[in-house]
Amino acid sequence: MSMIEIKGLRKSFGDLEVLKGIDQNVEEGEVLCIVGPSGSGKSTMLRCINRLEEPTGGEIYIDGELITDKNVDSMRTKMGMVFQSFNLFPHKSVKENLTIGPVNVKKADKKASDEKAMELLSRVGLADKADEYPRNLSGGQQQRVAIARALAMDPEVILFDEPTSALDPEMVGEVLDVMKDLARAGMTMVVVTHEMGFAKEVADKVIFMDGGYIVEQGTPEEVLSNPKEPRTQDFLSKVLI
Amino acid sequence: MEVYLKGFLIACKGIPATVAVSLIAIVLGAAFGLLLALCSQTKSKILQVIAKVYVDIVRGTPMLVQALIMAYGIPWLLQSWGIAFKWDDFGGMAVPAVIVCGFNSAAYLSEVIRSGIQAIDKGQMEAARSLGMSHGMAMRLIIIPQAIRIILPAFANEFVTLIKETSVLGYVGVVEILRRGQLWNSSSFETFPAYIGVALAYMILTIPLSKVINGYERKMARKESAA
Repeated sequence: MSMIEIKGLRKSFGDLEVLKGIDQNVEEGEVLCIVGPSGSGKSTMLRCINRLEEPTGGEIYIDGELITDKNVDSMRTKMGMVFQSFNLFPHKSVKENLTIGPVNVKKADKKASDEKAMELLSRVGLADKADEYPRNLSGGQQQRVAIARALAMDPEVILFDEPTSALDPEMVGEVLDVMKDLARAGMTMVVVTHEMGFAKEVADKVIFMDGGYIVEQGTPEEVLSNPKEPRTQDFLSKVLI
Repeated sequence: MEVYLKGFLIACKGIPATVAVSLIAIVLGAAFGLLLALCSQTKSKILQVIAKVYVDIVRGTPMLVQALIMAYGIPWLLQSWGIAFKWDDFGGMAVPAVIVCGFNSAAYLSEVIRSGIQAIDKGQMEAARSLGMSHGMAMRLIIIPQAIRIILPAFANEFVTLIKETSVLGYVGVVEILRRGQLWNSSSFETFPAYIGVALAYMILTIPLSKVINGYERKMARKESAA
């Protein structure tokens, strides 16, 4: 059984059909990178997986369980999400950003959550920032906190929506390093990214999307180094200089 | 000069009533205004319409008229149905006064609260929901606490407005600042000093409050630009 099964996923915004039937599985421990030009539907696909966008058609299963309107809140606790614009809670300290989910959603013990938060902050190299507020952190630091916040819920999979696109170039590396560590530790990850180097190094599978379809998929070697489809070749020739 | 001081001191005797009514009304207005704001944000069309109609009616009629309806109209109506009803049996004329002021400011505050909620980046709601929070929990823990900081100045301004608007309550039997001045005027005929005293009594409430709000807004603006 796959961890994530996407069957016939469609999504329209008004008359605009952004996803035109996506079928895709993600296995446990797998790192799936989604690449493609802007407007290809890759972020929409990611956001449909945890229902931040309501799919127009199709089904999504997590651990074999169909996501419905009824169970969406509990299903989301299995899926962490990391956003392009971090979306840390500005009125909460860094540590509180990590504990607010476990304590309120999972009714976890406050003290245990605090300890776990500190452990996760150490893991992303930010234990000394625990009592700071997000606005006092750099973009790269904020995104590392956001990853730790996702981890604090003990998710089975983490969805990354262009996690480095809003960062200054010198901060991209520190965030990718944290993500590489996660991948090595066996976390299941679905990553929408423009970082081809990251995809080549870390992904188990890469899918190239364009115009609402998956155009090509395979290992990073196959898709990024030896693409068969002209559209993939064209896209890569533009991003890989 | 002495007669002006006297007028001022007499008007000041109304301050406790004015402040008490305003404070209770603003709390009532905030709670009911939040409810209205949430109604106007729900997917339910019926709740949206109810909230909209309520706000339109309240904003489209003078508070004095609302106060007269609440204080005298409603007892009349109930009595005409054979129900023995007097506000005096329910705590006196201050009760309809507080209700009217509270429900009145609720209509204004609901707009303030709604715009405060809408000012929060939608990524905040998405981040909260992606942690598994229900919509209600996300509102309570993430959105409303942030919205409150934004709306605090507008909220306090509404309080200043409310303090001034309670002056109409003299017409429905509440002996607040203006009513004190009027009563003294009708016995002493010191008309100018009486009303100047009333004006000063309102000013010692509203002007310091406005200064505090301005200070808070400046502090927030500095914080924003530093961030």
